[in-house]
Amino acid sequence: MQETKIEPKIQVRGLTAQFDGKLALKNLNLDVFPRERLAIIGPASSGKTTFLRCLNRLNDLDPAFSYSGEILLDGRDIYAPDVDVAELRRRVGMVYAVPVPLPWSVYDNLVYGLKLAGIRDRATLDERLETAVRSVALWDEVKDRLKEPARNLSGGQQQRLCLARVLALEPEVLILDEPCSGLDPISTGKIEDALADLKARHAIVLVTNNTKQAARSSDRTAFLLMGELVEVGRTADLFTRPVNQRTNDYLIGHFG
Amino acid sequence: MKPSPAALQRLVVVALWTLTATTIGVLLFIIAYILAHGLPHLTWGFLTQSPEYMGRKGGVFPMIVGTLMVAGLAVLIAAPIGVATAIYLTEYTREGKRTAVIRFGADCLAGIPSIIFGLFGFVFFAITLGLGLSVLSGALTLTLMVLPTIVRTSEEALRAVPSAYREVSYGLGSTRWQMVTNVVLRSALPGICTGVVLSLGRSISETAAVMLTAGSALRLPHSLFDSSRTLALHFYILSREGISMPNAYATASVLIIAILGLNLLAYWLMRRFVAKVK
Amino acid sequence: MKQDKAISVVLLLVALSAISGLALITVFIFKEGLPIILRVGGREFFLSSDWEPSAGHFGIFFMIVGSLAVTAGAMVIGTIFGLGVAIVLTQFCPAGLAAVLKPAIELLAGIPSVVYGFVGVVTLVPLIRTYLGGPGLSVLASSIVLGIMVLPTVTSISTDALQAVPRPYWEGSIALGATQWQTTHMVMLKAARSGIVTAAILGMGRAIGETMAVIMVAGNPRQIPHSILDPVRTLTSNIALEMAYASGDHRQALFATGVTLFVIIMLLNTVALVVSRRHAPRRGAR
Repeated sequence: MQETKIEPKIQVRGLTAQFDGKLALKNLNLDVFPRERLAIIGPASSGKTTFLRCLNRLNDLDPAFSYSGEILLDGRDIYAPDVDVAELRRRVGMVYAVPVPLPWSVYDNLVYGLKLAGIRDRATLDERLETAVRSVALWDEVKDRLKEPARNLSGGQQQRLCLARVLALEPEVLILDEPCSGLDPISTGKIEDALADLKARHAIVLVTNNTKQAARSSDRTAFLLMGELVEVGRTADLFTRPVNQRTNDYLIGHFG
Repeated sequence: MKPSPAALQRLVVVALWTLTATTIGVLLFIIAYILAHGLPHLTWGFLTQSPEYMGRKGGVFPMIVGTLMVAGLAVLIAAPIGVATAIYLTEYTREGKRTAVIRFGADCLAGIPSIIFGLFGFVFFAITLGLGLSVLSGALTLTLMVLPTIVRTSEEALRAVPSAYREVSYGLGSTRWQMVTNVVLRSALPGICTGVVLSLGRSISETAAVMLTAGSALRLPHSLFDSSRTLALHFYILSREGISMPNAYATASVLIIAILGLNLLAYWLMRRFVAKVK
Repeated sequence: MKQDKAISVVLLLVALSAISGLALITVFIFKEGLPIILRVGGREFFLSSDWEPSAGHFGIFFMIVGSLAVTAGAMVIGTIFGLGVAIVLTQFCPAGLAAVLKPAIELLAGIPSVVYGFVGVVTLVPLIRTYLGGPGLSVLASSIVLGIMVLPTVTSISTDALQAVPRPYWEGSIALGATQWQTTHMVMLKAARSGIVTAAILGMGRAIGETMAVIMVAGNPRQIPHSILDPVRTLTSNIALEMAYASGDHRQALFATGVTLFVIIMLLNTVALVVSRRHAPRRGAR
């Protein structure tokens, strides 16, 4: 476990978010450190997904969204006027709850982000692609199927494909929104294993509805309730000796 | 004694299917009637020669060229404008006053009868802009006529693309334009093409508007400023003036075959589109 | 992103072309046609049936009657057949057959109006003349031909309206033991009512605006039709027939006829849009 002398990768200060006046996040303060897996747990509508989508400014797409506060990536506010949002999204890569392969081949899906970034050289594309796919343990399964439609893959494979798609861009932070919901236990296991390896190179924020998943595959856990950060700490500590009564109630299932 | 619901239903079903069969019957009758009378006279010579004696003899080659020029140019101009408008409406704004105004413009345009377009084209393109009775006047007039169709079909095609695809594209670091061209248009293209093909069909069939704007010259048009007679207009003149029935039928056959071909193409494109966005 | 903002502006300018086109058309048609209406006087222009351009008489009343008569007839046929086919397509048709039927109806829409008119003149008109009397060129012939031409419009919009009815409505009715037809006329048609009305109104607009087919089967005399077997002249036919050789006041009067047509159709289309927007499902929010 790292000492607190490490600089946080992401610092969230006083983040309040609302949609057309309806509060989704209230005065959130949270740090994300490099090389850790931070799980975000909480009941439905606690703001977990909203929080995640603030980190890569995907909430900007919603005209009803407004916020106050700061989100610093490597010390710089991601909402500063001179920030290149496309570049930010390459540095903070997102995986969604439902695998969304684009209606193209496996190959085209994987290199799309790279092409958007202006990388056209075939050799570079192939190399980045293979590295990314290997890091999610998918290479053997798709190496002969690169030209097939991505839709032909199974659900678990598709989700790993979506993870690889993001990894090809070599992001610094990975944010995942309930990536294993709807996946069978084996596929879920494969993804959790991949994340365990990936944390060596990326800061990982994992939103999950499944507290057991948070318990087994994260280093720290943050508990969000109705838009507020109730408690955050080392996963083992939070699960065995939660400081806040509400955390305890949630974990033992008083509400869900 | 009131008939039972089941009996009433049987009656209604018979009545409805009779209506439907009649409709289809009429369609088949029209196509068969024209082709039966016209195909015997539809020779290669007919398609490649020019008319003689006001169309009593000879072929329709200049009309084919004229039709292709007028209809083709119209669609060539209308397609980019229409697709761009649809892209603006679906990808670049939210529903509001601005979109309501644009839609109102397109919807109204769609309801204007072709003869009014003809009048407008005549007074605006031919006279005010000085283009005269020409291929260009006809094409520009038809552009306005088919624009709403292209906007409407393109919009539907764009909206059919799942919004999740757009989010994925943004998430991977695209600008809006990159997202539109790489993801949305790529999926929507067959649907958009369907609208373009249907507009081409409509342009080819149009008579009233081109009559007043492109004129009815029998010569082969050599430039956009030449007057030209389209196939549909030629057919109208031949049949109404009684100049040559065999040639009239043959001309109509060319039209029918072209329309059949275009509709088939549109149908095939639509199926490809549905497959792509499923 | 600066680039996105610039593209947005360009697209907006292009998108405004539709409404600019509409504005241009309105301006020019009125500019050419309004002066003569004012000069001849509204009462004389709209209410007199004396159309004698060489003598400077411009009364279009008989043509207004003609257009309305022909349209009314077309709507009777067009709605019965059009709605009937729509009901068959959505309620009583197996999927495989529907896949063939729908393109067939679209094909019907694609046939040129001059072909409709021609087939009408060589087959329908003699039939009417032989079995019903009169010259054959008549309100009846025009109504039948127009009805068939308007059918695809009515069918397509009605089909959309019927398909937009939420499936639970249908399932709920069937679950209560109703037959398919009972469900159709008590639930589906009622729910799709505004869409069907829109279909009819838009069909009407198409019928009033149709030109070439009507010219060929209507007869085009300068008088009011007194029965459906009488020949008739419509506003549209008048313009198409005389524009080629009209000049001066005559030409202006034809534009004025166009103005009349334009106003009638704009009114119809506005009504249709209002009806459809009021009941339409929300357009997907972005």
